[in-house]
Amino acid sequence: MTRRDTGPRAQSAQNASPSERVLFGGIGAGLIALSLRQRGPSGLLLATTGALLVAGAATGQSLGAAATGVRRTEDDHIKVQKAVTIGKDPQELYAFWRNFENLPRFMDHLESVKVQDGDGQRSHWVAKAPAGTSVEWDAELTADEPGRRIAWRSLEGATVPNEGEVEFRPAPGDRGTEIHVSLTYRPPGGTLGATVARLLGEDPNVQIEQDLRRLKRLLEVGHIPTTEGQSSGRKGVMNAEAKMYDNRRTS
Amino acid sequence: MKAVVWQDVGRVGVETVPDPQLLQPTDAIVRVTKTAICGSDLHLLDGYVPSMVHGDIVGHEFMGEVVEVGPEVRRVKVGDRVIVPFPIACGKCWYCEKGLTSLCDNSNPNPGLAEKLWGYSPAGLYGYSHITGGYAGGQAQFARTVYADANLYKVPDGLTDEQVLFLTDILPTGFMGAEHCQIEPGDVVAVFGCGPVGLFGIASAFLLGAERVIAIDRFPERLEMARTYGAETINYEEENVFELLKEKTGGRGPDSVMDAVGLEAQAHGFLGVADAVKQTTRVLESDRPHALRAAIMACRKGGTVSVPGVYGGLADKIPVGAFMNKGLTMKTGQTHVHRYLDRLTGYIERGEIDPTRIITHRLTLDEAPHAYHIFKHKHDGCIKCVLDPWADPRDHEPAPAPQAQG
Repeated sequence: MTRRDTGPRAQSAQNASPSERVLFGGIGAGLIALSLRQRGPSGLLLATTGALLVAGAATGQSLGAAATGVRRTEDDHIKVQKAVTIGKDPQELYAFWRNFENLPRFMDHLESVKVQDGDGQRSHWVAKAPAGTSVEWDAELTADEPGRRIAWRSLEGATVPNEGEVEFRPAPGDRGTEIHVSLTYRPPGGTLGATVARLLGEDPNVQIEQDLRRLKRLLEVGHIPTTEGQSSGRKGVMNAEAKMYDNRRTS
Repeated sequence: MKAVVWQDVGRVGVETVPDPQLLQPTDAIVRVTKTAICGSDLHLLDGYVPSMVHGDIVGHEFMGEVVEVGPEVRRVKVGDRVIVPFPIACGKCWYCEKGLTSLCDNSNPNPGLAEKLWGYSPAGLYGYSHITGGYAGGQAQFARTVYADANLYKVPDGLTDEQVLFLTDILPTGFMGAEHCQIEPGDVVAVFGCGPVGLFGIASAFLLGAERVIAIDRFPERLEMARTYGAETINYEEENVFELLKEKTGGRGPDSVMDAVGLEAQAHGFLGVADAVKQTTRVLESDRPHALRAAIMACRKGGTVSVPGVYGGLADKIPVGAFMNKGLTMKTGQTHVHRYLDRLTGYIERGEIDPTRIITHRLTLDEAPHAYHIFKHKHDGCIKCVLDPWADPRDHEPAPAPQAQG
């Protein structure tokens, strides 16, 4: 299910092979059939999953690629690009990001970033890794255009060599600023490691999207909305079911 | 406290659950004095809105007294008597600043599901499944409300709870449905569905200058209520709706048509049965769009179809050819409740709208399962149930020692 194509096909909306479509369509139909015999929420869940699989098969979207899919560069680095629009000035957003020590406030996989010199040319990063471990590296600033762009890259010897770039572009009208982020990294264990990590729920596409949403909410509203701790009549397994819907696996 | 919780498809119950706590500095706790069951709650009951979990507190039409506020709440004060709009606005994002509060970018804590289903996530809603945030609802004795300053709306002392309760949802929803009809002088508006939203849609259409309103339903008591709001009526079980609308409008068709029914519409004949069967699977079709189909077909050329009725997923055989070739406009959305509150409160104060007329049942919170039942099946002439969470005298006794929470 790992795909290596990096040409235009990799970006095409229709990216499932015919056999994949038959396979997932079949599984989807099976789940739907099963759901008809299950009352209640579990039946709904099966049916929903089945419907997604059938829809994926029908439209030619590879669910394998969707579940684990990541863009890869020629030299087998993983590249993630995401954007968000935030109702603030480019200058304000630039200033927030330029202090790398702010990044762990919205980047969930970062434990800490310490700036090691006065002007932030060098910094030390600690990130969460699968199974409760962590990875650390030093990074240097490679581009700094106030109010417009920041880029950085890990120094020689990093376990997970990586680089990142963020651009702040004024959005049209009164919409604020578009933040365009691009991250490239070489996962430990290469493609296999990346696939395993993604199957464990560490999809970098989803992570960065969630990170940028947290940033938007932090800066626009002041905090991230939550329902954790609210009252309910849920007990035991029902809480797990709610959590699954609430998509909170990274917290 | 006592709260109405979703227990399974077709089952709600009243359970004792922990009292709500302030979770964030912008929260406020409201002691609920009145709450109502909305037609859209029936879609939850019937299992057509996915991602409900046994134990979720339901209810999105509620009001009461503020009893506790977080440290960052400035405008709202303890003791304020407020209504709580059902969509949650952060008050800061581009949509909220434009008055499009039901499309708030920031209030859904779990936007992933909504983005899968709909591409982008609208606002969080109270008590309306995990797709719209999983917020606990207000059919309870207390409710945690979020972004209190941007949402809680203080109501005038001179108005009773029953007069202002429907500002939370159905009154602005009917009003926005009428506003979406883009009514011009001389217009004839057709309204499918004479439930609470349809009835307020009729009243609002007249306030916005409609010449005539023609209302369609099948329950005599609802048609009668529509007539008291000034509408002409058609019983779709007795008449050919399309032909009669055409005839009543001199062969032109209504200038705008409102679908105040949504995803559980009733219909007869082959398409009706086919949709019912498909919807039972929740997969082949999640929504039964008869009212929407009929609205598109009935609307005059160049007219407007307004859709306050709730849809959730996918529907079949929408007459897109009629929609395109007749040059129609469709306007829809969850209601941007906040932006209508001053105007509608004014109508109520001046007696131009009397929202209490639709109330047919006044019950206690403990009677909620019965209320859902009669509302769903239209038993006993039920049009709107209002619940009092504090009707039981035992609820006013001193609180017993706190129990361990399981």
